[in-house]
Amino acid sequence: MASTIVTFELGGREVEVMVKPMTTLQSVLRNQLGFTATKEGCRQGGCGSCTVLVNGEPMMSCLLPVEDVAGQRVTTLESITPAEGLHPLQRAFLDANAFQCGYCTPGMVMISKALLDHDPAPSDDDIRQALTGNICRCTGYRPIVRAVQAAAEAMSDDAGEQAR
Amino acid sequence: MSSHLNVVGQSVRRSDGIGHVTGRTQYSADRSFPGMLHLKMVRSPLHHALIKGIDLSDAERVPGFVRALTAKDVPHNRYTILSLIGVEPEEEFVLAEDRVRFKGEAIVAIVAETEAAAFEAVSKVHLDLEELPAVFDVEEALKPGAPIVTHWGNNTFMYEGHPCRRVRFGDVDKAFEQADYIVEGVYNTSPIEQAPMETTGCIAVPEANGRYIVYTNTQALYFSLDNTSIILQIPGNRLHFIGGTVGGGFGGKVDVIVEPIATLAAILTNRPVRFTYSRSEEMQVSSTRSAWRIYMKDGVMKDGRIVARKVTSYADSGAYSRQTPYALTKHAANAAGPYNIPNVSIDAYCVYTNRQPSSAMRGFGITMASFALEVQMDKIAERVGVDPWTIRFINAYRNGDMKPHRKLAEDATLIETMQAAATLVGHELPDEFKAMTSAPRDASHDGGRE
Amino acid sequence: MARLRGTGIAAVNYPTGMNLGGDPSQALIHATTSGSFVVSLSATDLGQGLRTAIGQIAAETLGVEYDQIVIDTADTDTGPHDMGTYASRATHRVGNAVIAAATEARGDLLNVAALELDAAVDDLELDGHGNVTVKGAPARTAKLADVAANAQFKYGRMIAGRGSFMKPKSPVDPETGAMDPDSTEAHACTVAEVEVDTETGEVAVLSIRSAYEVGRQVNPALVQGQIVGGAWMGMSHALYETTAPYYPAVDHSPKDFSEYLMPGTLEMPEIECVVLEVPSSNGPYGVKGIGEMTANSPIPAIINAIYHATGVRIDDLPVTPEKILLGLEAKHRGLS
Repeated sequence: MASTIVTFELGGREVEVMVKPMTTLQSVLRNQLGFTATKEGCRQGGCGSCTVLVNGEPMMSCLLPVEDVAGQRVTTLESITPAEGLHPLQRAFLDANAFQCGYCTPGMVMISKALLDHDPAPSDDDIRQALTGNICRCTGYRPIVRAVQAAAEAMSDDAGEQAR
Repeated sequence: MSSHLNVVGQSVRRSDGIGHVTGRTQYSADRSFPGMLHLKMVRSPLHHALIKGIDLSDAERVPGFVRALTAKDVPHNRYTILSLIGVEPEEEFVLAEDRVRFKGEAIVAIVAETEAAAFEAVSKVHLDLEELPAVFDVEEALKPGAPIVTHWGNNTFMYEGHPCRRVRFGDVDKAFEQADYIVEGVYNTSPIEQAPMETTGCIAVPEANGRYIVYTNTQALYFSLDNTSIILQIPGNRLHFIGGTVGGGFGGKVDVIVEPIATLAAILTNRPVRFTYSRSEEMQVSSTRSAWRIYMKDGVMKDGRIVARKVTSYADSGAYSRQTPYALTKHAANAAGPYNIPNVSIDAYCVYTNRQPSSAMRGFGITMASFALEVQMDKIAERVGVDPWTIRFINAYRNGDMKPHRKLAEDATLIETMQAAATLVGHELPDEFKAMTSAPRDASHDGGRE
Repeated sequence: MARLRGTGIAAVNYPTGMNLGGDPSQALIHATTSGSFVVSLSATDLGQGLRTAIGQIAAETLGVEYDQIVIDTADTDTGPHDMGTYASRATHRVGNAVIAAATEARGDLLNVAALELDAAVDDLELDGHGNVTVKGAPARTAKLADVAANAQFKYGRMIAGRGSFMKPKSPVDPETGAMDPDSTEAHACTVAEVEVDTETGEVAVLSIRSAYEVGRQVNPALVQGQIVGGAWMGMSHALYETTAPYYPAVDHSPKDFSEYLMPGTLEMPEIECVVLEVPSSNGPYGVKGIGEMTANSPIPAIINAIYHATGVRIDDLPVTPEKILLGLEAKHRGLS
């Protein structure tokens, strides 16, 4: 089957890729564009390690044909990492040791960002619910939940300061 | 060693943390190389079968097919990873020869320009297999007439002439006769998947100088390098293994499974070759934690003292033994538990079945022994009529006690650990257990440990 | 139908270090001109934080700041031999090798510092913060970075150290099993609390509380991480995980995470722990090792708690709702 050209926005910049039909966004990010923060834990939609945001909504990029994001806005972990320092979620994950091997971490940070973008002050239960599709084999999850709580608090403090 | 420590004991920040939270930590499969080929495996659909024929003709016609590798391409095809520490015999095959012993066993490696082409070519390899009877249970495998998995005629790993790793200490039979109670239990555990978030994999890259760089997520670089050198019959100095952060390794990535065949493919094609397990291969082919069946028989006195313990354990190694023989030795050394028992007999069998091989996983040899032992301790407590804390304090080992494998205990702190746990949960212990220490028994009356 | 609560305990030992020995780990250390120390290894980090713990051990022995240490590892061309990261051996074995290498490098460093400060080596002390000082004369001090640079440019010397550690291989007597199967023993005692739903057979783990004795904690936060992660894995092994749900039958074997069950964020209870330190005689700074053992005591503690709650003894892992319901039914019929 013939390849087609797909254009989408990645981290604020327009990218254009030539793909065979049904090529996944995950494969394009990792293999064509070198954006390897998006992981491939299962390529079956079962682990959440490939979570990215499409127009702000969390998606498992391993199940998403890249044609479906044509003209859309894709956000990966690379995109939210500031030029200097860390995003509050990254800072909170670091402070809480919310990782061991680190392989699930990009997906965990992205799903947490989606949560906090929708709900800046989630309850413990909201956070747990939001993370149910993302698997971690190392940490026992509790440090991750704690990190998301801490990030929410830090971001609300920052917002408060900016408002003042 | 100085008593004042500056850095040891401090919760300093992890040196790799920023890489993890920014996604910049490089895992082996995050690399890509120009001209990189993809290797996929043709695997046995049957649990036990003779290989009568392999037809590659349709696979070879798939666009992007580069080449196929079969057993005859592998210089030293039969190997055992523990040969490095003197374990014999060589018994596992990089690629199956005349027989497959488990469903999922590798038969043909396909190397292709793209992953899709490799998958397509794999699906077009035609196998002519003659199914054989298979055995899946550790005790069925030891019965006369059971299908034989190994090439030496029985289904156990042999320990210096014995079909099991033995420990003999005191006289259990005599002690059973004198015991007030006999408590018996049978414990079964399922095989468990390692499930690392990053699947097992590597990329082998030919260098300009005749060497090969292998980027791998092995837990043991030299183990992998040395076994690859043996299997490919090339000097180890032509191999350069590079690891890094392993995306989860609980023992399964000590196996040497992907590196030898990927390196061979890189040698034969003179191109970089990537071989990474899919999640279903990780689930269905990679080593599991072994299934165990553990029989325990304890002789106990009315006051709660355990005077004899007999353990017969069977670990299901699957079709090949990998690290499991070592697990049984570790198990046998520790199957009496952290208790002072004067008469102990242990038989620990590494049993072959037609199951996906098992191997090392976090705590191997011990985790399932601890499960059986600690459930058994509760049964003993119930029989004697004491609470679960009491039975453990009565029998806890102390420094200077002789363990069944004939090493004096020197780091015992079970008693202090139980005291701390009781405090943590607010369980009030009797004074005699609060005062107990792990100090040697003959010194305990004059002040205990230093 | 009811929700029944129960508590169970388990107490375990764990033999750390590859059990029979014969497994070398080696380390090389050298100083750069800027006063950093590069520790070259071939050990891999599985995510437990080996690089960090080893960096701390190197800094401690050298008497320098932690951030002066660079860990260069997992490369067989640049790192000396290591048998691998498994069997709770890495911190114990590699740590000992690094102490040996760092001790040698520290000697080189002090020899140069003695020239710089015009003092005897025995009169020098490292403050652990990047300075070397003449004992009793705080004014006579030099920065390690300067000492390291001058070692090269002024004296033409190399500040370096090599270290190797190996527990000799222990044979096993095939008749009696006499052997030396461990380097040291760590311990744990876990108390688990569960609630069993007798209608569905589901088990909720309400809490897992443990005491650990691990010799010495190099990094308490990393130790805590192992304990919490291990408690999850133990709970998962006890109640969920299997690749052969009806062993020895080979059907129903999972192919993906939708078929392979594990507890998630919603099932995870509070994990509490206390950690005791009784240093071992042969581990680096008394380390015993924590990596593997943390799943072990939670499993029987949970299984014992289920019995305490229901009176049903299930000796087959994992204890699925199906097994609980069958056990409850058998108990009702008076068969168990």
